[in-house]
Amino acid sequence: MLKWWNSFYAKSDNAKAYVLLSPALILVVIGMAVPLIAVFSVSFTTQASFVIDYTPTFDRYIEFMDTSTRTGNVLTTLLGRSLSISFLVAFFTLITTYPVAYYVAFYVKKNKMLWLVLMTLPFWTSYLLRVFAWKLILGHGGVINASLMTVGFIDEPLGFLMYSQTAVVITLAHAWAAFALLPLYVSLEKIDHSLIEASYDLGCTKFETFWRVVWPLSLPGVIGAVLIIFIPTVGDYVTPALVGGTEGRMLSNMIQTYFGRANNFPLGAASAVIMLISVALITFAVNVVTKRLTQRL
Amino acid sequence: MNLTKNRTLYIYVLLYFAFLYIPVMFLPLFSFNEGIHMAFPLKGFSTQHYEDMWNSPQLFDALGNSIYVGVVSSLIATMLAFFASRAFTKYKFWGQSLSYGAILTPFLIPEIILAIALLVIWVSIGLPLGLTPIIIGHVLFCTPFCMIILIARMEGFDNHLEEASRDLGEGVLMTFWRVSFPILLPGLIAAFLLGFIISFDEFLLAMFLQGSDQTLPIYMWGQLRFARRLPHVLALGAVIIVATSLIVMLAYWLRNVGQPQDKQDLTFKM
Repeated sequence: MLKWWNSFYAKSDNAKAYVLLSPALILVVIGMAVPLIAVFSVSFTTQASFVIDYTPTFDRYIEFMDTSTRTGNVLTTLLGRSLSISFLVAFFTLITTYPVAYYVAFYVKKNKMLWLVLMTLPFWTSYLLRVFAWKLILGHGGVINASLMTVGFIDEPLGFLMYSQTAVVITLAHAWAAFALLPLYVSLEKIDHSLIEASYDLGCTKFETFWRVVWPLSLPGVIGAVLIIFIPTVGDYVTPALVGGTEGRMLSNMIQTYFGRANNFPLGAASAVIMLISVALITFAVNVVTKRLTQRL
Repeated sequence: MNLTKNRTLYIYVLLYFAFLYIPVMFLPLFSFNEGIHMAFPLKGFSTQHYEDMWNSPQLFDALGNSIYVGVVSSLIATMLAFFASRAFTKYKFWGQSLSYGAILTPFLIPEIILAIALLVIWVSIGLPLGLTPIIIGHVLFCTPFCMIILIARMEGFDNHLEEASRDLGEGVLMTFWRVSFPILLPGLIAAFLLGFIISFDEFLLAMFLQGSDQTLPIYMWGQLRFARRLPHVLALGAVIIVATSLIVMLAYWLRNVGQPQDKQDLTFKM
């Protein structure tokens, strides 16, 4: 048996690769896949105080979707808001970081590594602290309001800055910047400069060159950046909890409540499943559309 | 095209970096401010908050837990990532991109989903919450990151070196120990350090899976609610920012040390 395995192993790249991969794959299966199946199963149960009734039922999903009840109304609103906030964050981050990535990819000649360090360093400092820093800036006695009041532009603090969706979007766009900067930089870096020169030689203006050469070639980076920001921020908890207030609450905050104080695991699980499915569907749709678009190139 | 100068773009880039860096700078700034109110105008210079920080035994317990969780999870994650990246860089095999995607998934899905998934399974098995499930979550979360770093590093690795060593009569293990390991060591340390930072900063998994043992981000989260306790969190924040930056710089330097110029990289290509 051992001899057979040895000779098989020596010949097969598949076997060697999977022996090396097995620890990581086993961890993913036991640590993620099995727990996800458990969440999925729990979402079909009913909980009364501390006892879970395991009779399968779709009631939790109906509870989530039924907008005529208060719970359903809140949950669907929060789901919609989570998706729209994440979309805004992805979009806002994309348009603010694109010029920066463009600059570093095309104009920076010396010390590129230093620029890359500058782009990514804030990402590594505590997420909690970065979000909290925005509370210091946007808050009622915060940096912006205090300075505007000292200068005399306003008489009382601007309310919309703090505890609002605006605050959540700004904070998230700041916190996830590195995730857009890097893929954009990577895709812009790869663009062959002679293509740009060719476009100029053929009489294109600066804008035409950008729109018809650089932008299409950077699309993989753009899509990568948008997805890698959109997907995780849909489930963000810290930012809405710290700077969102009631108006900026997102679905994760509710899920946390179900697994904490409200102690309703099944409904929390159903909310999580719905969140995951929404994200998966949107990701899938974006990928399909991108394939269509890039095929024409 | 003149790709040497673009003043408008340059000014925008400077403004953007100001947007990126200035918010974080307020933490150290206010940490030296007298009094407990974090608002302008500043009242005066004081190291009081740092003294408060120094005199919080709870904080040091949390710090100890965080370091323990960080070291253990990052060590395991670096090892798993090391084996996986060997497989991805040395072999072409069936199901390659599927396996790659599977290992990357925990990092890509919304973190709260991973957190409640671990919580549900842990509670339904009936095990006590605490640092162990947090470590499992952190390993899942750090492995993809370490793997991306190590794959980039191994792509610059010359497989002929190993073959040469085997031809000269060394066994598989000694070849690894005396040839591959020393060459890959800087990359491994870089992966370990960055994995450690990720685990050290991670909040959400720790919040859901904590038992009675707090990690540092959980401790900070608890303190944020009390205005009086807040300033010493700022002091702690300032220390964390400085320490993290130093570790990250070291890791970045190690990522590229001994790599040929054209293989040097600080991005995270997936």
